[in-house]
Amino acid sequence: MDLNYTPRQQAFRQEVRAWLKDNLPAQKLASYDTCEGFEQHREWERKLFDARLSMVMWPEELGGRGCDLTEWLIFEEEYYGADAPMRVNQNGQLLLGPTLMEFGTEEQKKRFLPRMAASDDMWAQAWSEPNAGSDMAAISSKAIRDGDHYVINGQKTWSTRAIYADWAFGLFRSDADSKRHHGLSFLMVPLDAEGVTIRPIKALNGKDAFAEIFFDNVRVPVENRIGEEGSGWHVAMATAGFERGLLLRSPARFQQPVRKLVELYKANQAAADRDPSIRDAVMDVWAGAESYALSAYQSVGRLARGEKIGAESSINKIIWSELDLKIHETAMRILGARGELLSSAPQNQDDHGWLEGFLFAQAGPIYAGANEIQRNIIAERMLGLPKA
Amino acid sequence: MDFTFTDDERAFQDAISRFLMTEAAPEALREIWETDAGRSPDLRNKMAEQGLTALSIPEEAGGLGMGDVVWSLMTQELGYYGIPDSLADTAYVSAGLIAALPETVADRNGWLEQIAEGSIRIAVGHPVNPLVADAHLADFTLLNHEGEIHAVPRSLIDVEHNASIDSSRRLCRVMWEPSNSTRVADAETGAPIWEEALNRGALSVAGQLLGLAQRMLDLSVDYVAQRKQFGKPIGSFQAVKHHLADVASKIEFAKPVLYRAAYSLQHGQADAALHISQAHVACAEAAHLAARHGIQVHGAMGYTWEVDLQMFMKRTWALESSWGDRAFHKARISAAIFADDAPLGPGQTFGRS
Repeated sequence: MDLNYTPRQQAFRQEVRAWLKDNLPAQKLASYDTCEGFEQHREWERKLFDARLSMVMWPEELGGRGCDLTEWLIFEEEYYGADAPMRVNQNGQLLLGPTLMEFGTEEQKKRFLPRMAASDDMWAQAWSEPNAGSDMAAISSKAIRDGDHYVINGQKTWSTRAIYADWAFGLFRSDADSKRHHGLSFLMVPLDAEGVTIRPIKALNGKDAFAEIFFDNVRVPVENRIGEEGSGWHVAMATAGFERGLLLRSPARFQQPVRKLVELYKANQAAADRDPSIRDAVMDVWAGAESYALSAYQSVGRLARGEKIGAESSINKIIWSELDLKIHETAMRILGARGELLSSAPQNQDDHGWLEGFLFAQAGPIYAGANEIQRNIIAERMLGLPKA
Repeated sequence: MDFTFTDDERAFQDAISRFLMTEAAPEALREIWETDAGRSPDLRNKMAEQGLTALSIPEEAGGLGMGDVVWSLMTQELGYYGIPDSLADTAYVSAGLIAALPETVADRNGWLEQIAEGSIRIAVGHPVNPLVADAHLADFTLLNHEGEIHAVPRSLIDVEHNASIDSSRRLCRVMWEPSNSTRVADAETGAPIWEEALNRGALSVAGQLLGLAQRMLDLSVDYVAQRKQFGKPIGSFQAVKHHLADVASKIEFAKPVLYRAAYSLQHGQADAALHISQAHVACAEAAHLAARHGIQVHGAMGYTWEVDLQMFMKRTWALESSWGDRAFHKARISAAIFADDAPLGPGQTFGRS
């Protein structure tokens, strides 16, 4: 055990810090759930890519700089510590990217990953269906082989920012007679293909944050399939579940709002202390964010030693989603009667965007596998309890 | 940056675990705990043979020269197997305290050698604990008089026994008179040594609580897998699963907190006290939840004397306020993170960057 950063790691931290200082947008970008904000974020991603900072742990030939996971954690600490913009293409970069790395052909990697790193292509997910949410194996959208193409028919839903995206990836039933986890294939679909209709779903924050995607005889070439035909479930599940979960929500993303929550509490201490449980809640989320960070470093170390990390990743999902909720609930309690004010309200004094974060935090325990499902996974795979 | 244990350290932990599994089975512990002394010289000798008592004694005094980081694995094993206070208090907390005494203390090296060979028991009377564990059979007790450190032999101590809900505990009110012959450090020398002993005691308890949490989780998993109601194991019901999944989560996320705290103490880092209090709170929360959910999924069986769960629950309820209760550790965390120079935000996890 050695909890010191190497000189190389320290130098990397300084390099990232300096670059961000010189290059951060002067003005806060508009929300990436709006058309204007989406394009601003795409431009920012391009800038990151040009500095080879968009996907630091990808190999150089694919647009990254070959960092290890410890360096990636350092990058994330500097990135979120500097209040840099949210990552608009992370569903592609962090969910599909690792899948392509592990299961994609060399040709697919070259074709998709550099453009993904540069955000030339923006990616949306196409997993959930109206009747396949927590029970994802109930997927019924079909992709039936016709020569060197698949013909897709069906409907996907809850696809984040799909109205702005260029591509979608997800699971489709390539064997019409198959059941459950069998007979699914993992496909990448251009969203400008004929027969694709995208209908926005207005989220509770009033923005078109996600969408339904309808497929009506959409033809997709066979080379857009990742992995073998019929092995889509395996591809979707096997891809370094742990890494993916960690990459999606790095600890820095929670340590930064905790720092701001402490500042918010101190700035409003007299009012906040009327309810003594607020101070305790601030301490609790501080401890939560720290232990999430420590756990991440521990896991990265174990991976570097060649250990496998399995169902523990389900714990991560529960921890960060509930932590995010508690951080924002506590902020709202401190803001008190002004907490409800929208950023457009003249009397709004919330310059961090706690309300927006509070709304988004409501979704955390639901998306990426509801926390009830994660608890089932922990109980069955980690503790070995019998299935229902 | 490498936040992992070496293969050797893990192998050592596994060896101790296998040893305690056979030598410290619950039936054996129940018999030992029934006795007045509550301790087994036979078990202690065997633990010394395994190297446990020599773990952090310097090599020149016949020890293995390891530190808090390795102890953070061992204290979990002591907790898991319900090993009473005397071992950790002697071999870990007292060993650290005595090693920190000035070389001029005549008995210092002899005591360290005796700890290493397992031929001595030492109790620690830190003011944070109202009573002293195991002072009744300690060869001597380290006591605080206005900040001074005194090593007081058993013959100069009167003890009043105070029974605890934890049958393994032997808590004593200690009556003694400070004298020049018992003093081993003055108050100025003693202050940082007492502070470090407090941190080490808290860390020792944190590790034991985490081990207790794991033991109660394992007992609960075994029980719900075999107990049937409505024609199936109750462990197949989601409500039961989620109780135990929550315990598993608490344990997994308390572990790295414990290890970082141990590293901070071993390397004398500025935020060690904060990290140790965080570990004490996190490990106590894990153990407390493991007890609460453990008894819930055991149903009425969990409320019996016969089922072993009660042994580990009671030890949890005793230890979670030992070496600083929750309020003590919360107050230390509060003082640290609301300070002007608090180590907050990304990049501060392993020291201020």
